Amino acid sequence: MEIKVLHQVMEWNQDVSAEVRKTLAENRVCLINVMGSPGAGKTSLITGLIERLRGAFSIGVIEGDITGQIDAEKIAALAIPAVQLNTDGACHIEAMSIQRILPQFDLAALDVLFVENIGNLVCPAEFDIGENFRLTVLSIPEGDDKVAKYPLMFTDTDCLVLNKCDMLPYFDFDLARVTADYRGVNPEAPQFEVSSRTGAGLDALAGHLAARIRAALA
Amino acid sequence: MHELSITQNILDISLRAAAAQGAKRIRVIRLELGPFSGVVPECVQMYLDVLGKGTAAEGARIEARRLPLKVECRDCGAAAEIDRRHIQCPACGSLRLKRLSGRECTVESLEVD
Repeated sequence: MEIKVLHQVMEWNQDVSAEVRKTLAENRVCLINVMGSPGAGKTSLITGLIERLRGAFSIGVIEGDITGQIDAEKIAALAIPAVQLNTDGACHIEAMSIQRILPQFDLAALDVLFVENIGNLVCPAEFDIGENFRLTVLSIPEGDDKVAKYPLMFTDTDCLVLNKCDMLPYFDFDLARVTADYRGVNPEAPQFEVSSRTGAGLDALAGHLAARIRAALA
Repeated sequence: MHELSITQNILDISLRAAAAQGAKRIRVIRLELGPFSGVVPECVQMYLDVLGKGTAAEGARIEARRLPLKVECRDCGAAAEIDRRHIQCPACGSLRLKRLSGRECTVESLEVD
């Protein structure tokens, strides 16, 4: 006998992400989901953005990692509230994990919550964690074929940041190819070229984010 | 790896639907997957073999049907079904496409006793 079911499998995550979004909206907190490969420079980029945005906004960070608290310690050293989220092997963060961790923060006192997702170009893109917007980091040493090979990470993002651009002279990285591939799957979202090491491009990126944060909190 | 939590949810949905119909045993779980669902049916099967032990879905088989990627062209307005490896409007060649589908992951039906 056949039974018709027609039930969306991802609904559980969508329901929880809607609850996270509601909690954050009630407390006027903007959540930014930062995604990219291991070693793309997500933590350094967040650090550089904190320096540039902390004058205008009160900031917190959720550091997602499979294990350990190396990244949370780096952020906490900046006197910024940071909570480490260990997924114990899972390849991505789900809305449920964010919902459980939010009580660790004084949300009423926060404007911005960065979530550094697990280093991975595949799975994090599948899961809505209740973010206001998504930021994808791709670094020059990873190669210029990544947009073509991992389309969803670049299709479902609100901003692409090319990091380690000071390395361009040393790698056969075709910037025009990345831009064309990105435009092909995501015609509207902006692209920024930065170096967390030299600080190049970070002011422009921080300015863009500040405008988006203000729009989200308005 | 992320199929573990997805499979748990597929199993919960299937067990509820089967119980609601008074079914004793689930033989087949049919899924519909969009090209951007990120779900690998073989992984779901592997996790189901473990998670389903001792339930009405023990030994159930996963059958997956792939859905097309539907887009609408932002330039010429044409609606089309395309291959995810060739993201381009078949009518005018534009790359400025709006994605209308692709993330689907649905338990479509069950084969039960």
